[in-house]
Amino acid sequence: MTSSLAPPGYGRGVLIVVEHFWTWYRRNWRATAVSSVLQPLLFLLAFGVGFGSLVDRGGGAAAATGGVSYLVYLAPALLAVSAVQSAAFESTYPVLSGFKWQRIYHAMTAGPITPGQVALGHLAWVAAKMAGSGAIYIVVIALVGGVTGPGIVVSLLAAVLTGAAVASLVTAFAATVETEGGAFNVIFRFVVIPMTLFSGTFFPVDRLPAVVRPLAWVSPLWHGTELARMAALGRWTLFPALGHLAYLSALLAVGVVLATRLFTRRLAR
Amino acid sequence: MIPVTVSDMGDGLVQARGLRKRFGEFEAVRGVDVDVARGEVFGFLGPNGAGKSSTMRMIGCVSPRTGGSLQVLGLDPAADGPRIRARIGVVPQLDNLDAELTVRQNLQIYGRYFGLSKAHVREKATELMEFARLTDRADDPVEPLSGGMKRRLTIARALVNDPELLLLDEPTTGLDPQARHLLWERLYRLKREGVTQIITTHYMDEAEQLCDRLVVMDGGVIVAEGSPSELIARHSTREVLELRFDPELRPAAAELEPLAERVEELPDRMLLYTADGEHTQGEVHRAGHRPQSSLVRRSSLEDVFLRLTGRTLVD
Repeated sequence: MTSSLAPPGYGRGVLIVVEHFWTWYRRNWRATAVSSVLQPLLFLLAFGVGFGSLVDRGGGAAAATGGVSYLVYLAPALLAVSAVQSAAFESTYPVLSGFKWQRIYHAMTAGPITPGQVALGHLAWVAAKMAGSGAIYIVVIALVGGVTGPGIVVSLLAAVLTGAAVASLVTAFAATVETEGGAFNVIFRFVVIPMTLFSGTFFPVDRLPAVVRPLAWVSPLWHGTELARMAALGRWTLFPALGHLAYLSALLAVGVVLATRLFTRRLAR
Repeated sequence: MIPVTVSDMGDGLVQARGLRKRFGEFEAVRGVDVDVARGEVFGFLGPNGAGKSSTMRMIGCVSPRTGGSLQVLGLDPAADGPRIRARIGVVPQLDNLDAELTVRQNLQIYGRYFGLSKAHVREKATELMEFARLTDRADDPVEPLSGGMKRRLTIARALVNDPELLLLDEPTTGLDPQARHLLWERLYRLKREGVTQIITTHYMDEAEQLCDRLVVMDGGVIVAEGSPSELIARHSTREVLELRFDPELRPAAAELEPLAERVEELPDRMLLYTADGEHTQGEVHRAGHRPQSSLVRRSSLEDVFLRLTGRTLVD
């Protein structure tokens, strides 16, 4: 009868949490594939192909895009936007459900897994999913002629880093939400959507009025978009790139520390 | 490990001394002593809010204690939580299955959390579905299963790591009588296999059926301890005469007191504690009282609880 089970090591425990979500995904991917691939696809068609055909004719546009076609200019930014949007979505209702509706986080931590491992497993899963749908997305962009070189793969890494930073912060926030009283809607309406519109996705932020520009500078998406675009277009500038990388890494670190602490506070009380 | 402590505990799987749990201003558990020996089924009986679940969560190493000492499997939860949790099984008050996975997947993935190999959990899941009588629902999602089936699956899941100690927090609350009896039968089978169990419940019949030994909790403290029959012998009489009266004809408790060892007045009935219920029934009649209905029964834990706290368990 006596078992001599040792709890799995820290990293392995995190991977088993990912395995759980992967098991879920294998059953349910059809439902989420639509939203995670179709939505960026619509953006690509509407802005890259449709709207882009207007933009390319103007001379001012060429100055803003640095001479490349609007589709090529937009493609890496859309990678970053879709990563941030899916990060925000995956880290709101699914996290609240883990605590409150399905309570699977409680089940995990009744075994040898710790709340911190659950938080990290969730974030690792969200990052893996962003990387997967981003890869599909690159293929689609390439098919419509938006990819000019292998740099887009580095853009994807920048997009995943940006998404992970957003996911960690939103996950930390979701761990403090007791009842779904519209808190998440506030995040989508007043954070995610403005961030999508004013982070240099569709036009460079220097086209914004000077007073508004600082808002773009705090937005993780702006930093991610700049990085992704540098990579895709091969226009690296060292110090700005390092700055963007440092900012996103710092946000991710803060988010991870907060998320693990808040998961512990919520699950071990 | 810590051999000194293990030998101090003898065969004890759980040892608590002066255990306390405080949530802000509210102290849910106010100094509890508990010893659970290997192989026994131990119960926490008490009304909602008595501190049973808080105590269980401390024993299950998910809720840090605020005061006192606690050892589970010879280890300190504050230092060795994950190591202890790897060797126990937990059936929580609220089901927390993954409703979108199948019965089989729930068992397999849960086993993986304990570091078990994929091959092992595959085999174990088949065995546990047999135990929980869920084999024919193996590949169905959990969502549409009945409450009783979900509960059986939760218990099966708690056994995936062959735990030395099984914690069941109100295992049958909300189930219909048939589902409860099936669950009791399964828990009895586990007991025969030597699995130590700690059960919280607010059902007396459940405690009497399942527990070798139990404590009655109220307001965060233990008010009595013993086997169900010991508790009844110590705190109640052999039989109880239950009388229901038309409100106008209901006598004062003082009028009935000479006829029994003790009288309890409840909103809907009066309880006369006596060694011989039928004899007392006759006395009541001879004294000129005319109850609408009267019933003689054996004393139960409910009576013990009423005696100790002045309240019924289930309100």
